[in-house]
Amino acid sequence: MKYNWNWGILLEAEPGGSGTYLQYLLVGLAWTLATALAAWVIALAIGAIVGTLRTTPYRWVERACAAYVELFRNIPLLVQMFLWFFVLPELLPKALGDAVKQMPPPWGSYLPAVLCLGLYMSVRIAEQVRAGIQSLPRGQQMAGTALGLTLPQTYRYVLLPMTFRIILPPLTSEFMNTIKNSAVALTIGLLELTGRARAMQEFSFQVFEAFAAATVIYLLLNVVVVFGMRRLERRVRVPGFIAAGSGAAQAGH
Amino acid sequence: MFGGFDFDVIQRSFAYLFREGMVFTVTLTLLAMSGGIVLGTLLAMMRLSSHAFVSAPAGAYVNLMRSVPLVLVIFWFYFLVPWLGGWVIGAREPIKVGAFWSCVITFTLFEAAYYCEIMRAGIQSISRGQVAAGYAIGLNYWQTMGHVVLPQAFRNMTPVLLTQTVILFQDTSLVYVLSVTDFLGAAAKVANRDHRLVEMYLFAALVYFTVSFAASYAVRRLQSRIAVIR
Repeated sequence: MKYNWNWGILLEAEPGGSGTYLQYLLVGLAWTLATALAAWVIALAIGAIVGTLRTTPYRWVERACAAYVELFRNIPLLVQMFLWFFVLPELLPKALGDAVKQMPPPWGSYLPAVLCLGLYMSVRIAEQVRAGIQSLPRGQQMAGTALGLTLPQTYRYVLLPMTFRIILPPLTSEFMNTIKNSAVALTIGLLELTGRARAMQEFSFQVFEAFAAATVIYLLLNVVVVFGMRRLERRVRVPGFIAAGSGAAQAGH
Repeated sequence: MFGGFDFDVIQRSFAYLFREGMVFTVTLTLLAMSGGIVLGTLLAMMRLSSHAFVSAPAGAYVNLMRSVPLVLVIFWFYFLVPWLGGWVIGAREPIKVGAFWSCVITFTLFEAAYYCEIMRAGIQSISRGQVAAGYAIGLNYWQTMGHVVLPQAFRNMTPVLLTQTVILFQDTSLVYVLSVTDFLGAAAKVANRDHRLVEMYLFAALVYFTVSFAASYAVRRLQSRIAVIR
């Protein structure tokens, strides 16, 4: 039993005619990043709002945001992808649904993937923001009120600037999770890094070279993200506060 | 809005969805959970070792698994397990491994990395004095771990371990990429056969939501009951 290793395959032309297999994978990396970054913007915006609202004293707002979090947290990402890709166009008004279905590739899978991943990750960020705000001493909000700030002002000038600096380490891992979770988009036809590694395996039959190359690219990406965020963390760190997420063990990925 | 839809398809395929699909999903979840927690605990003990040649491989394994997407890991093991199996038993050809066992091995090894981090935090939550006390009364490493540290670590970490298991239950849907008939795979097969994508995927979402929500709720109840007041 012997596996025929052929690392030279990476420099051979891929059948689509776009260049070598290595270039083919790197284009996949670009799609992975394009998906993850766009989703990250959505996730951060919605997550910050929902997480903040969950700590406000308005009960029905808190309930509504909790329901939002439970909804997106308890359905698997893959099923959510299918809902955005297959189900949503059918439920839209016919003209709009047809327009969505006729979007040219790769946008027809890119847009649902970004929206799906953005909302899916937003509830994780909301939970981090909520935990961050709740980890602040109660006196901070009271001090804001005592200074005559309104509730929105207290959040804007006192609580949120502290929170985001405190939760930066857990946000780093959520960003990595966004990159990793973007691989699920291959199921709706987006040829990102994992999808292209699988395609390469199917074209070339060099199974392990294809997956090893993708794995190495993900590892390098991980190193770059962690290194960059460490530098950012060091710059914005609040002395005396440790991250909300780094003390206690959390489930997830 | 749902005028043109046929929700009867769910009733027609009910037995197939649950007897084949859900049984596969639940069995896979339970086996991977058991294997993952055992392996994860061993990895956590290795990571906390003071010998670098024990802790470094465990750390490298855990970081590797946590850096790559689960979908990629599923593909890796789907092709790798037959070769590894053939190598272990010294066969000429890669052995045939069924999709089910391939999935069990994949999820056990993958989730072990996540369970490891949870158990590591659990072990570290036990004060050093307890370990010292164990050694002082003459217990060796395994006895101290088995009788003093791990029982408390498990108790502290049970809610997190169970939450991770709910995530594992959701993650098993990704075996779809191997065309395996898990719950989602069964729903997808019926959906494509009968052209009932909307009905089947909405129903699948509802079932996953119900199970995960109920399980998370139960975990929260358990958490407030077993929490040790310090």
